[in-house]
Amino acid sequence: MLDVRVTRRLAGFTLEAAFEAPYPAAIAVFGRSGSGKTTLLNLIAGLERADAGHIRVNGEAVTDTAAGIEVPVERRRIGYVFQEPRLFPHLSVAANLRYGERRARGAPRVAGFAEVVALLGLERLLGRQPQRLSGGERQRVALGRALLSQPRLLLLDEPLASLDVTRREEVLPYLEALRDRLAIPMVYVSHQFEEVLRLATYLVVLDGGRVCTHGAVSEVSLRPEFQAVAGPELTGAVLEGVVTAVDGANGSADLKVGAGTLRVSLRGAAPGARVRLQVLARDVILATQPVQGVSVRNALPGVVLSVSCDEHGALVTLDVGGVPVLARITLEARQALDLKAGDAAWALFKVISTRGHAFPMPAPGAPS
Amino acid sequence: MTGLLGPPELEALRLSLAVAGMSVLSSLPVAILIAWLLTRTRFPGRTLFDAFVHLPLVLPPVAVGYVLLLLFGVRGPAGAWLDQHFGVRLAFSTQGAALATAVMTLPLMVRAVRLSLEGIDAGLEDAARTLGARPLDRFFSITLPLMLPGILAGLVTAFAAGLGEFGAVITFASNIPGVTRTLPLALYSAMQSPGGDALALRLALLSFTLGVLGLIGAEWLLRRVRRRLAG
Repeated sequence: MLDVRVTRRLAGFTLEAAFEAPYPAAIAVFGRSGSGKTTLLNLIAGLERADAGHIRVNGEAVTDTAAGIEVPVERRRIGYVFQEPRLFPHLSVAANLRYGERRARGAPRVAGFAEVVALLGLERLLGRQPQRLSGGERQRVALGRALLSQPRLLLLDEPLASLDVTRREEVLPYLEALRDRLAIPMVYVSHQFEEVLRLATYLVVLDGGRVCTHGAVSEVSLRPEFQAVAGPELTGAVLEGVVTAVDGANGSADLKVGAGTLRVSLRGAAPGARVRLQVLARDVILATQPVQGVSVRNALPGVVLSVSCDEHGALVTLDVGGVPVLARITLEARQALDLKAGDAAWALFKVISTRGHAFPMPAPGAPS
Repeated sequence: MTGLLGPPELEALRLSLAVAGMSVLSSLPVAILIAWLLTRTRFPGRTLFDAFVHLPLVLPPVAVGYVLLLLFGVRGPAGAWLDQHFGVRLAFSTQGAALATAVMTLPLMVRAVRLSLEGIDAGLEDAARTLGARPLDRFFSITLPLMLPGILAGLVTAFAAGLGEFGAVITFASNIPGVTRTLPLALYSAMQSPGGDALALRLALLSFTLGVLGLIGAEWLLRRVRRRLAG
């Protein structure tokens, strides 16, 4: 369990964060810039001091102002991958990697040198100086260096933010491999929901220095607090399912989600694989009767659970075979269809507006 | 070498190198500590301390030598204590000449070291902390190696300036042949003595050559270190 309840006052900003997350887990901290994400990580790492509160990693306090506990950064065994790689310029890649490893003798082993080098594909970089690496390579070395310090918790502060889109795609698979193969507990800070979707099992949402909601990613995606932070562009139910059939020619797959089956864009996953995806609310069309002769491949019968209206229109929550789906429609459309809770409705969305991500980790709490 | 240079020149050269060498080696740790205090800490009186360190740059060297004589002379408070407890007499000795030179060149060294320290991203030290490095370990494994260009630059400048220190040395350590008569002092003495013109010229040429070699060597060294750090 990662148990955080801290207050930190800065000029013109106060962080008051409280949440408990399962441990080990891949925890994402999501929020707009300036919501206090980096401050939260610095407090967990010990680089900043809390004015009040406690931080417990797996039951052990690293900060507890009431008990007068403040474990120094260097003895917390909490790894940190910063936004910029912060590699030591006077040391080779190999020496950078060994830096933390040599200082972690006697700590419970998380990962060995050869294992990390292979996992992150660093074989050819070992003899080089950090200045001769590309941005993506640097971030991979920084990741390896943090891992080799044998941390019990790994903090990642938007490690992809300094990279362009291509480089991000180059590093993301390594982060997924880290989560799946080393199963190291991590806290991943991001304002890119795509990254959260691919990496996190547990989601903490920060808004203006406060944790407004936290929980399993699929549950949090349905909550208004998350939608307020994510905005209409990123509002949409996160679904998790199992691949039942693969259509390699079309780059799509059938996914069993709850009692229903969806067809989604997905490459490189075999039947039986667990997949996660987000169906964006603005991509979902609602119909009050079955439609025929349309290109849309997903037309799922469901029941309206709730309708809420705001300045962006109406947000309709639908129960589709035990699975919630969100749809964003205009107020005018809502009036015309006269949608209300309990009505039958069909949720329509295109295959190409979805993108599944293989996600092998079991949901928090589920037996592995 | 001996064909070109007679015993007085060689002795002055040896003394100058010894005095400048001793002075930079003893002032380097002090300069690093002062530079670190001035860049990485905040304490009351910091500005005043900063000004005090730089005082030798603006004071007449003779005044610095005089103050040293008051403090470290055999009857001065520091000098008497050293004499009593360790039997060390700094005034009128080679070590004294080195002390006077060290005080005069300290600001040059502090400036160079400080400049390089200010250029080091404190984020690297934070990264080292999260990797389990304790304060001293951090300093020796990260901060010090990254300060190396500044330290080298400071060493070379202070050493070169130290070779030519005149006022403070002659006031505090006097002009004793074989003990404190360094190159500039020997040059001055040769100019003062009748028939010493040829010796004075040779000493001047020697100082000149030493200076040029020092500058070239420093530039070469600095480039090498910078290239290594820049990858």
